[in-house]
Amino acid sequence: MSLDMKVDGKSKNRADDLAQGILGTPMDRPEGLLKVTGEALYAAEDLPGNCTFGMLVSAPAQGDVTLSNEAEIRDMPGVLAVIHDPRMVRNAAQGTMDEAPVQGVDHAAYAGQAVALVVAESFEAARHAAQSVKLGLSGEEGPIDPQAVETEESEGNRFVRGDLDKAMASAAHTVDAVYTTPSMTSAPMEPHAAVAWWDGDKVTVRASLQMLKYNRNELADCLGIDSENVRLLSPYVGGGFGSKLGISPEAVAAAIAARELGRPVRVVLHRRQMFEVVTRRSETRQHIRLAADGDGRLTGLGHEVLVSNLPDEPFSEPVTQGTHFAYPAENRLIRKEVARIHRPAAGSVRAPGEAVGVTTFEAAMDELACAAGMDPVELRLRNIPEKDPEQGIPFSSHMLEPTLREGAERFGWFDRDPELRARREGEWWIGTGMAAAFRVNILSEAQARVRLTAGGAVVETDQTDIGTGTYAILTQIAGELLGLPADKVETRLGDTDLPPGSGSGGSWGAASTGSAVWLAAMELRQRIADAMGCDEAELTLKDGQATCGNVTQPLEEILGGESLVGHGHVKPGDALEEVMQSTYGAHFAEVAVNDVTGETRVRRMLGCFAAGRILNEKTARSQCHGGMIWGIGMALTEGVTHDRRTGRMVNRDLAEYHVPVNADVPPLEVHFVEERDPWAGPMQAKGIGELGICGAGAAVLNAIHHACGVRIRDLPATPDKVLAGLLQ
Amino acid sequence: MTLTLTVNGTERQLELDPRVTLLDALRVHLDLTGSKKGCDHGQCGACTVLVNGRRINSCLSLAVMHDGDEITTVEGLANGKPGELQQAFVEHDGFQCGYCTPGQLCSATGMLQELAEGWPSHVSETLEGEYGLTEAEISERMSGNICRCSCYPGINAAIRQAGERA
Ligand code: FES
Ligand code: FES
Repeated sequence: MSLDMKVDGKSKNRADDLAQGILGTPMDRPEGLLKVTGEALYAAEDLPGNCTFGMLVSAPAQGDVTLSNEAEIRDMPGVLAVIHDPRMVRNAAQGTMDEAPVQGVDHAAYAGQAVALVVAESFEAARHAAQSVKLGLSGEEGPIDPQAVETEESEGNRFVRGDLDKAMASAAHTVDAVYTTPSMTSAPMEPHAAVAWWDGDKVTVRASLQMLKYNRNELADCLGIDSENVRLLSPYVGGGFGSKLGISPEAVAAAIAARELGRPVRVVLHRRQMFEVVTRRSETRQHIRLAADGDGRLTGLGHEVLVSNLPDEPFSEPVTQGTHFAYPAENRLIRKEVARIHRPAAGSVRAPGEAVGVTTFEAAMDELACAAGMDPVELRLRNIPEKDPEQGIPFSSHMLEPTLREGAERFGWFDRDPELRARREGEWWIGTGMAAAFRVNILSEAQARVRLTAGGAVVETDQTDIGTGTYAILTQIAGELLGLPADKVETRLGDTDLPPGSGSGGSWGAASTGSAVWLAAMELRQRIADAMGCDEAELTLKDGQATCGNVTQPLEEILGGESLVGHGHVKPGDALEEVMQSTYGAHFAEVAVNDVTGETRVRRMLGCFAAGRILNEKTARSQCHGGMIWGIGMALTEGVTHDRRTGRMVNRDLAEYHVPVNADVPPLEVHFVEERDPWAGPMQAKGIGELGICGAGAAVLNAIHHACGVRIRDLPATPDKVLAGLLQ
Repeated sequence: MTLTLTVNGTERQLELDPRVTLLDALRVHLDLTGSKKGCDHGQCGACTVLVNGRRINSCLSLAVMHDGDEITTVEGLANGKPGELQQAFVEHDGFQCGYCTPGQLCSATGMLQELAEGWPSHVSETLEGEYGLTEAEISERMSGNICRCSCYPGINAAIRQAGERA
């Protein structure tokens, strides 16, 4: 039996009437104690007996590859194999690709590509041998500069209406600016890792991956075997942020090597390899134009962008995704060009599209507010669309105004002096800035199973928890529906032997797999109600007791020693076409900019967000903190430098690529505006994992401008750039 | 080479390749995988353990340099039952993915000890004296431990709570 649902329209609000009262609470993560005691096992842990160790070899430049000292390497102590196999992959698969990415390692398509695997009896021997490999690289090298090649237009992103040039010419206020953002990297703390072993024709891989049901097909396709013969295990994932969406080179190489050697093989990416062989966020060039009337109402907007990727990659950074629906303007010109170049592959990094697109657009909106002499919050309030500005369909809910108003109020926004360079403390200029946040909401197909016994419930799905709080919220959902406290619910994740969830990515894991768990538990409620002879809607389940009318019975008695199994299956439906669904928020930041050094310190930051029902207030808050802190990184420090001669990432480690550390982060405040979005499925909840990063960096950049008058359009706002502005 | 480590109170004899780092000795040879490898280059802090009571990056140190040393890893912070600091991390959501967490916990343990002993930091007003558990001191002293999930608000709240109760 299974309870299936295609989300075609509005769902009733059932959750608020359920009795257990754990959904939405800031419950601690059920796996928390395992994580603080070191007992949670990640991919490269719990090694099988007789395990061998592999190390990938990276090509320092493009070209046809020869291993000139292969025989010597094989003879090194402890070395078991040197593998370069046509099934090995050029780079990680794109999210939801469901098939092999580009395969073959005879040619390095970009500097940094992994072209061989050395396997040895120990990690030290493998590392030594991998470092001793002498590679010959010859032949043509492809272009590496996105500005220097012919580009192709990405049709799906194009929207043209009216005449933007005319609107610009007749507008009371305009902005015409080019913003650039550098390549960025996900840099999860757990390196990509795989431990593979074979049992006959079946391969099992412990791996660090976000979307197992797709990854399983991707790996099977790479190896040329049936998906049924692939089992993936990712019970704990040490962060992903998009970099673990698709199967990546170490997992494919480990599986190939394990077959060849007949022994388990562990392959962990070196931190430097992580920058290159899994996907980066594309650098972008964004031409933004805004035209507004005397009241600050937008009459025209343009967002024309250039991004890059390797040839044959289906993904291109959807920079303008938020622009299509954020603001109304009759005259619109939105376009995207893709440069095919030979830098490492580009792919999804936390909030692909909006992370950089909303950030730059919100900085441009700040420029418009300045041009019009208008308060930036007021400017946004005057430009809230009644319906989707391009598709003409209604919004499922539109929460920009409440988040702007509550955020401004709590931050004390209106106390600010709108003048630039108005506050000084010693060497420091002090200023405040704000930005709106937008992120599309997506539901994805998911399945889950819930088994109910006298001892409690077990939730099962191959869904992953990449730090997002999946263990917590699925436990809460099942507990809420079945009337069980959290300690009577066990959630098992990250195993392709379990029903396929949605995977973690695109902020859709919670609402999608959560809905599948909801449906599975709902099926159980219906069966309990049947057993008691009442309607499910009249059933109350709380603390292991079932009540129908004036009859109360322990669940245990109803089950009578048996177990009940419910299966839930949710699919996206017509709701996608009928309404535009998004999450909203507002960011506020206060910064200090040093007049002597150009250094920026964020002094405080506040975010106010709406994303439908918040399933766990604590884990949702942490997600928002994460996004906001990534915004600080994007605004101030993060950026890959590509070698101008080879395209190679120069700063490919954590010493040179600066992610925010503790001292970079000021006190943060996060507030949620309560909302139920009936279009978002049975829980009326939307995704929250990425909203926090969308626009966060703009609040910081706009605060820098307010503080010291310097407008940074080439991210990040490092001291050299700010200082150059201060000296002008 | 042969060496003896006292790990979490237990003496362990090891026969190791001299290239093995302290981190890999713990993770691979003693199967204590609580200590994490994030960069293998002293850039992230995920591998932080306590050696004779002081916090170090165990990836930057060869195991053979520690013959006779006392090592405490995250597995040894729990004495049968998770300690105050560990519980505070859970309560304040001082982690998301949990991968940097063992390093954060060992680092915080060492840091609280340094603070108690009156070690100054870059943000301390004076070079001698008592340094309180201020936000600035905690942030500064914990900046060798990167959390890409960016749980710094929870980490700092947890450290402050555990530090104040101690
Ligand atoms: S693993 Fe030792 S500092 Fe990163
Ligand atoms: S909890 Fe994921 S890196 Fe810190």
